[in-house]
Amino acid sequence: MLHRILKPLAALACFALPVTAETVTDFTLDNGMEVVVIEDHRAPVVVQMVWYRVGAADEPAGKSGIAHFLEHLLFRGTENLAPGEFSETVAANGGTDNAFTSWDYTAYHQRVASDRLDLMMQMEADRMRNLKIADEDMVIERNVVLEERNQRTDSDPAALFREQRNAAQYLNHPYGIPVIGWRHEIEQLDTQDALDFYQRFYAPNNAILIVAGDVTPDEVRDLAEKHYGPLAPTEGLEARVRPQEPPQLSERRLSLEDPRIGQSYIQRSYLAPERDPGDQETAAALTILAELLGGSPTTSFMAKRLQFDEQIAVYTSAWYSGLSYDDTNFGLAIVPVPGVSLDDAEAAMDRVLAEFIAEGIDADHLDRIKMQSRAAQIYADDDVASLARRYGQALTTGLTLDDIRAWPDLLQAVTPEDVINAAEMVLDRNRAVTGRMIKPELAQ
Amino acid sequence: MTRIFTYVAAVFLLALPLRAEVEIQEVTSPGGIKAWLVEEHSIPFTALEISFKGGASLEAPDKRGATNLMIALLEEGTGDLDSRAFSAAREALALETGFDAGDDSVSVSARFLTENQDDAIALLRGAIIAPNFDQTAVDRVREQVLSNIRSDAQDPGALASRRFDELAFPNHPYATSRDGTADTVNALTRDDLFAAKDATMALDRVYVGAVGDITAEELGLLLDTLLGDLPATGAPMPERVEFAAEGGVETIPFNTPQSVAMFGHAGIQRDDEDFFAAFVMNRILGAGGFASRLTQEVRENRGLTYGIGTYLVPMEHGEMILGQFASSNDRIAEAIDVVRAEWAKMANEGVTQEELQAAQTYLTGAYPLRFDGNGPIANILVGMQMQGLAVDYIATRNDKIRAVTQEDIARVAADLLDPEALLFVVVGQPEGLE
Repeated sequence: MLHRILKPLAALACFALPVTAETVTDFTLDNGMEVVVIEDHRAPVVVQMVWYRVGAADEPAGKSGIAHFLEHLLFRGTENLAPGEFSETVAANGGTDNAFTSWDYTAYHQRVASDRLDLMMQMEADRMRNLKIADEDMVIERNVVLEERNQRTDSDPAALFREQRNAAQYLNHPYGIPVIGWRHEIEQLDTQDALDFYQRFYAPNNAILIVAGDVTPDEVRDLAEKHYGPLAPTEGLEARVRPQEPPQLSERRLSLEDPRIGQSYIQRSYLAPERDPGDQETAAALTILAELLGGSPTTSFMAKRLQFDEQIAVYTSAWYSGLSYDDTNFGLAIVPVPGVSLDDAEAAMDRVLAEFIAEGIDADHLDRIKMQSRAAQIYADDDVASLARRYGQALTTGLTLDDIRAWPDLLQAVTPEDVINAAEMVLDRNRAVTGRMIKPELAQ
Repeated sequence: MTRIFTYVAAVFLLALPLRAEVEIQEVTSPGGIKAWLVEEHSIPFTALEISFKGGASLEAPDKRGATNLMIALLEEGTGDLDSRAFSAAREALALETGFDAGDDSVSVSARFLTENQDDAIALLRGAIIAPNFDQTAVDRVREQVLSNIRSDAQDPGALASRRFDELAFPNHPYATSRDGTADTVNALTRDDLFAAKDATMALDRVYVGAVGDITAEELGLLLDTLLGDLPATGAPMPERVEFAAEGGVETIPFNTPQSVAMFGHAGIQRDDEDFFAAFVMNRILGAGGFASRLTQEVRENRGLTYGIGTYLVPMEHGEMILGQFASSNDRIAEAIDVVRAEWAKMANEGVTQEELQAAQTYLTGAYPLRFDGNGPIANILVGMQMQGLAVDYIATRNDKIRAVTQEDIARVAADLLDPEALLFVVVGQPEGLE
């Protein structure tokens, strides 16, 4: 079945803008593989992404890091390709390739001249089912992953702090386990762990192909049927069900001292609902709430009060992303000015949150945020690779193309009452982790 | 007077029928400001990139950090708009801006919707021509800069980079951070900021690239409005400087499980006739990701690092070849040995025909892929102008890559690479280093 659908432009209609370059088409192969085509014919370039509906939150207990480790091993050869040959071939065709893993998805991508798509699909289809891992390569690659953990987490106090805070946020759900894995568990991963995970989850009926750039849907369908069409699905793959959170009844507080940080700060995260198919209104209100509270370093409510009016903070921020399969986070941060204690900074932050709810929403501020949201839709058309990424992220976190299309309108429809209701719902300290990253005082 | 040029590249090696068409118009505004333009009317916005040659290297040592602070303050108010009113106006127009201070340039990037073009340019003009530099804003942004300086003092990568630059370019602005030090930044006054702006942002050093929903005539008028009231001339450029560091290993003790290493020695100038040979050589040595020898030997064959890369760094007044990686404290000594051995192997033996061909195929194939959005193209247009390249460079650049031979690389590698001259600055608690 082929759907040809224009990008969501309803939100732009009031600006009488012309239709933009981007059109989105989708269809499904007989073996269950979903295909999305995003057209942009301005440059002879194409991006292929294959997204698997599996990530770190789907790992067996005690095998943390296996989803990410497997992602590395997919570059170590198949029955038809020698170790490293995949990336060498992409480079020999003038392209670039890479991959990434998160809690909900694992994705592989290449960016090449559009007439090289056939070869890219051939290789990507090959490694969906024909991976071959030599034990000696596995050991070397595991060391690479341990160095990656060294570099990105263990050498970075802010990353260690985030990891600890995240672990405290989830009492039961595997989102509390870091994507890269706990070191002691990474050290024990082996070839069989990787193959077990691979054989179950790397299958056409668990994958989404996104092709973006200078291609037509018909070309993509022909190539996809040729390369991915013959692959056998994994039987019995059900929608993912992870252990869910129990009621969170008690605030968690933690602190981490590390001399490597430049200055002390507070980060707090609250358990928050995510975007669900057909049910994105609360997430839309939370998205606007984060923008109003701490989206801009100068005009947001927290910046205005805490940085400009009271000069308690050097920096404040609020964040939220609804793209998550299960419950996500709403976050806040404050970096106090020198001389202000963390206790005083936290008290001021909480007071300002209460003021935000009590005073109601500044209508001009809300209008500006909606204007920027509309403009972001236009600017996004200039970067088809990041559009492809956004579609993949949405589809692998449980949303549909209809949900993606509805999202800009839902953001425009958020009312001041929606925002206040969302704030009262989400800003519940019993469901929060408050973390203090502390720079130790120098001994005199 | 506008000239139109069409780029059609024929790629020989794998006969890639890849064609990137970028029609560059050379525009001169009624007021005499030059710009390069690519019209692209399919999306209703324009990307504008403005760069001024010189940058933070124009500062006196006791004013270090003035350009960086000045650039950070351009958006903090103009006329009767204070910081917050300026931001609110920018948000209401969905004008997206970026201001950046580099060692050799300062730059302004903007994206604006066609429907808001006039209002957006009027607002941006205020920031560029008549910023207020209110004392309260100065003090607040100064605190943010000081906070960055404190963070860098605890960041192994930043520490390695600082020390490397100190040893490489003594007594030159390149030796120190363009953020300045706590002392110099604390001493900066409003007058210093106005002086830094006039020194760096002047019409005798401006380069403009525009891509998007705008015509040549509209762009000319826009540029006169936006930039016409800048000073005609800025500060004189700094002196050239030679790379001065001796080879060896210098360790900065730092409590961390993984050491960070920065390494390098003297480099090659951008206009050297062997630059393309060096560029291709560096792709094979260390800049090619998984295709590079260093990634193969240090990461893929030994698992000693998550990533290693090398870079040619041809700055305006001096040049280096640099590299960087991180390894566990107990494994970094081995990684350094591998880097030295690969350095020597390349210097002595050059590259194989297969490596050369793979690098040429990649570099020529990847080049057209850079031209894939209004913002990226505007950036390329400015970069080309600042390097003194003509519009036809885009059509001939791949020929220059293809013309590089094994002999060229052997010559340039023998000349450029010297394992004895390699300086390694290691931050961490490395084991087994002499």
